[in-house]
Amino acid sequence: MTTQTPAPPVRRPGSASLIPGTRSRTFWVYLIPGLALLTLVIIVPLLWNVYLTFTSYRGIRPPEWIGLENWEKLAGDGTFWTSFANSIAMILAMVVVPTLLGLLLAALLFDLIGRKFGGKLASFFRATFYLPQILPAVIAAIVIGWILRPQDGALNTILESVGLGGLAHNWLGSPDTALISLMVILVWVQIGYPVVIFMAALQRVDPELYEAAELDGANWFQRFQAITVSIIRPEIFVVVLTGTIAALKVFGPVYTLTRGGPGDSTIVPAYYAYSEFFQSQQVGYGATIATALTIVIAIVSVIFIAAQRRLEKQEEER
Amino acid sequence: MSAPTLDTTAVVTGAEPGSRAARRPVRNRRPGAKKKAADWVALGFAILVGLLIAAPILLILINSFKSPSDYASNGPLSIPQAIYTDGIVAFWDRVDFPVKLWNSIFISGVVAIGAVAISVLNAFALGIGRVKGRTWIVVLILLANMLPQEVLLYPLYFMFKEVGLYDNTWSVIIIFIVIQSAFGTYLLASVYGTFPKEVLEAAALDGAGKWRILTSVVFPISRPTLSVLLIFFFIWTWNEFLIPLTFLVSNANQTVPVAIASLQGDRLMDVTTTSASALLGLIPTLVFFLIFQRTLTRGITAGAVK
Repeated sequence: MTTQTPAPPVRRPGSASLIPGTRSRTFWVYLIPGLALLTLVIIVPLLWNVYLTFTSYRGIRPPEWIGLENWEKLAGDGTFWTSFANSIAMILAMVVVPTLLGLLLAALLFDLIGRKFGGKLASFFRATFYLPQILPAVIAAIVIGWILRPQDGALNTILESVGLGGLAHNWLGSPDTALISLMVILVWVQIGYPVVIFMAALQRVDPELYEAAELDGANWFQRFQAITVSIIRPEIFVVVLTGTIAALKVFGPVYTLTRGGPGDSTIVPAYYAYSEFFQSQQVGYGATIATALTIVIAIVSVIFIAAQRRLEKQEEER
Repeated sequence: MSAPTLDTTAVVTGAEPGSRAARRPVRNRRPGAKKKAADWVALGFAILVGLLIAAPILLILINSFKSPSDYASNGPLSIPQAIYTDGIVAFWDRVDFPVKLWNSIFISGVVAIGAVAISVLNAFALGIGRVKGRTWIVVLILLANMLPQEVLLYPLYFMFKEVGLYDNTWSVIIIFIVIQSAFGTYLLASVYGTFPKEVLEAAALDGAGKWRILTSVVFPISRPTLSVLLIFFFIWTWNEFLIPLTFLVSNANQTVPVAIASLQGDRLMDVTTTSASALLGLIPTLVFFLIFQRTLTRGITAGAVK
């Protein structure tokens, strides 16, 4: 035990732990369980998966090395590109719309409702907006899917009862509306997340700033631009980055509601990989799709973080 | 929930804006301030959005207690003519709901405890032990959280089949301990990095070893943070879908979301039974939300604050 010897003066601060008399090196033992599990569950499967992308493997006979064939197939695979185009739709539904609406709602609750009608009411609204976020994504999808049922769904029944039966539709079952219906569901699921985070960020703002701006004759939109958006910019970055990653990874709602169909109209990369693994038994190709998705997520994250760094620097220089 | 990659140091320190938000939700000094017509319009808009967001859940609630014929004749918007529970009971029995509930509680509970334990050990070495290359170790660990789970699917499927853990709740438990503890390590390492040095020095002077300092100084002091993590890990694991769907194929092992999702589209599911299935899926999370609301709000809101 190092603690038995009198603590020597720290010579190299880099290697010293926060506990006097102990060396950093000796703490490695505490990392063993975590890193062993990480290796087993993440690192080995990840490398294995990359290896599988160079093989033809149908799950029974051992994988057969085929070089870049899967990657070549991927580049020319219309379904794969459709799935990524649909990812853009998912980003629209889970990032763009919720962030814009969330900004508006957070500013509305903080600047107007909170100031004029009381903070309790604003908190109540915030909790209501957040409600769909607590549900498992698949349950949220089932809730809205129930409303969109083709024959006896609530939406169609309501449309018929008000004489708009002509608008009744098989919302999730027809190629023209399936994707947009899925997007509506995801907007509903996601909207509470930016609202809660932006409202927390707004706690940093002194309400007097709003009052002063109002007295100076700034209208609501001017206050929104000059105060709200500029102050919560770091949070906007966090919401956009985490939301984009989540949108690229969407699986549960697609699996539960449409299975990528009708046709390929709602297919997303995560679901495409899954169906190659377990329905087509094309394990090598499924692994290729999943790896491509990983690469996209990594690139998106790096771009975002670099952009954020640069913005922060600009801000400091100003 | 899509929060795991957030920068969440404030969850723990407690004194940061997050906890202020929990205590005093929205800053408000003069509720009686002069109201203009535009303010009433704004209020009306907020009410409308609130109704739109709550409506699907309210619809599920009222229609789960209707008979299919009541639904057919009075439509989805009416209040049930009589409280009808056959749909709920039928679905409850059909999926053997208590079993699924227990599976979900067991998996999420063991994962939460296990992931907190691993996070504490990792963070002790990284934050307090300050081992060399700690930044890169954290990045490596965070991989677990960033990756689309599809890349792990087939190799893990194969590995667990080999060791006989396929279709066993422990396979899912092991995977999620790793995935959740990645976020926990990231968060706790930065918290432990700012651990009060005097406390550690005093303990070392008293002759306490590293293990002793971890268990009787670091652990008790960081307990409030650990309980926030525990609740988050529990709920995140509860809400997971892809990996439980793939690894728990037999009925007896399924979790609540998987069991409910796999029965959708079943021909025997009439309209109100389907509604009841959604109700059974949302009740447990709603209950957690009500119980842990303060902790959750604090955790989520602190998430974005640097």
